[in-house]
Amino acid sequence: MPVQAITDNYTGQVMDAKANFGGNLIIYFGWDEHLMFCAPKAFPLPPQMTFGDVIDQIMPQAFGQHPEFKDIDWDKAQWTLNREAVSPARDQSLEALGVDHKSCFRLRTPGLTGYKGTGV
Amino acid sequence: MAKKLNIKDKYRLLTRDLDWEFSYQDRSKAFPYEAFEGIKITDWSKWEDPFRLTMDAYWKYQAEKEKKLYAIFDAFQQNNGHLNVSDPRYVNALKLFLTGVSPLEYQAYQGFAHVGRQFGGVGARVACQMQSLDELRHVQTQIHAISHYNKYFDGLQEYSHMHDRVWYLSVPKSFFNDARAAGPFEYMIAIGFSFEYVLTNLLFVPFMSGAAHNGDMATVTFGFSAQSDEARHMTLGLEVIKFLLEQHEDNVPIVQKWIDKWFWRGTRLLTIVAMMMDYMLPNKVMSWQEAWEVYFEEAGGALFKDLARYGITMPKYADIIEKEKEHISHQAWWTFYTHGHAAGFHTWIPTDEELDWLSEKYPNTFDKYYRPRWELAKKLEAKGERFYTSGLPMLCQTCQIPMLFTEMDNPGEISYRDHVHDGERYHFCSDGCHDIFVDEPEKYVQSWLPVHQIFQGNCGGPDVENILSDYYRMNLGADNLDMKGSPDEKRWKQWKGVA
Repeated sequence: MPVQAITDNYTGQVMDAKANFGGNLIIYFGWDEHLMFCAPKAFPLPPQMTFGDVIDQIMPQAFGQHPEFKDIDWDKAQWTLNREAVSPARDQSLEALGVDHKSCFRLRTPGLTGYKGTGV
Repeated sequence: MAKKLNIKDKYRLLTRDLDWEFSYQDRSKAFPYEAFEGIKITDWSKWEDPFRLTMDAYWKYQAEKEKKLYAIFDAFQQNNGHLNVSDPRYVNALKLFLTGVSPLEYQAYQGFAHVGRQFGGVGARVACQMQSLDELRHVQTQIHAISHYNKYFDGLQEYSHMHDRVWYLSVPKSFFNDARAAGPFEYMIAIGFSFEYVLTNLLFVPFMSGAAHNGDMATVTFGFSAQSDEARHMTLGLEVIKFLLEQHEDNVPIVQKWIDKWFWRGTRLLTIVAMMMDYMLPNKVMSWQEAWEVYFEEAGGALFKDLARYGITMPKYADIIEKEKEHISHQAWWTFYTHGHAAGFHTWIPTDEELDWLSEKYPNTFDKYYRPRWELAKKLEAKGERFYTSGLPMLCQTCQIPMLFTEMDNPGEISYRDHVHDGERYHFCSDGCHDIFVDEPEKYVQSWLPVHQIFQGNCGGPDVENILSDYYRMNLGADNLDMKGSPDEKRWKQWKGVA
């Protein structure tokens, strides 16, 4: 049963429907083994944004405060999108990559395992 | 002359005999909420009244208690009681309590008033009515106990407004909204049983003994005054579950599902208490892990053994929680420390002695997973770059807590869960929160997630600073940021005559 309600066929209002974000998609980014950031971060981004712009503009906002950020080799970075491994090219748009509303990227950076290698 | 009634007769007349038979109206229309949850009640007269109080006795007894309570508040204020707290950091635990917990007392008052109307059995109605009044008194007395601090410390002035709006306060607020939006029986298992009976000692005892250990006599006195009420609430919680389980065997799986859900929801909510105990009390009472072991594993374990004869088993996910007790306080305080710019109370790096206390209390986890975070924070602070994290965090759709919890088989990795419902993707911090959503998606698609509301433009802005000052009504530079250099700290030093 979709909900235990006193009203028959009750449906809830989807508070975070795509239409509510003025054309942007909500996209989450988490950086594995870097728990200086307590949780993944959320960004409203246009679907036409290229992955190159994500790396150049969004990643510094998300993770630039980490001492290892400047050492990231973006060519070797490993990504998953909604739990599937992906290899995004810089000129691909988020849309073309198959990113949809409330998609979640996870980033792994081989060789970089957090502050003094502690996963922080 | 009218005969004076003996206590037993008076009790019967003022509770059970208040009810009437429905001769020309349909009884089910008088109690429209009683059937839709699938709970079967065959005989309301089997309800054992846990309170054994009549309304006139209730008023008399509570009035006596409150006279004494307010006499102590008076004395506390006259004698500048706030100067006797152990350390000004302590007051931040009160800020969290007043903004996060006291408004829940008010929600409990509303919730019990509602179910106190909806139950078909008069005994249950009277018991819920009295608990409703207790909860209303508790929110009032808590506000009065803490109001003295509002004259001397920042961050207490907009507790009610903040409860409705601030990002981390959506966690306790939505917890209670969830319970109140359920049917009356689920509400009673959620609040009366799971929260008041199983988990209350983990909320009430830490805050009240924390107050005692830190010289806060106003809050301690409130705690003593509320204790007799809390004992009645626990009795009601236990009566409800036994009554439901004895009424019909079909109730057992429904009740088990609610226990699983609300035990999980409750432990997620108690994360803030875990953090308060381990990080915010300058004089520690015990560690969160120790409290969990005493109040849940020992006391709760005995309770569930007792309930086994009805076919009730330990709550689902209890095995995960047993592992999480060594982690959640550290993960939560790190979250608040790094979001200290957006918190309505002060945060700080634990002192070296406190870090050592944490290592001692959490030998399996602290040095490996959490001490490095504080070493990095110290290093940055020493460079003049006190770390406030940029951006906004991803939240769990069910508990609304930032996705800060980690996998218990790999505690260095964030726990991600997701589910697609009706073409829309939803994210969760745990199997517990995931399963609760999947069971009733049409309820939780409506979660008012603060981060998404900000992105939709519903919280003012455009900058985080505008949201904090205008929409949340925080006094920036006074209510938020680090304890070090705060106006709270400066005033304290002036009062104490230290540089």
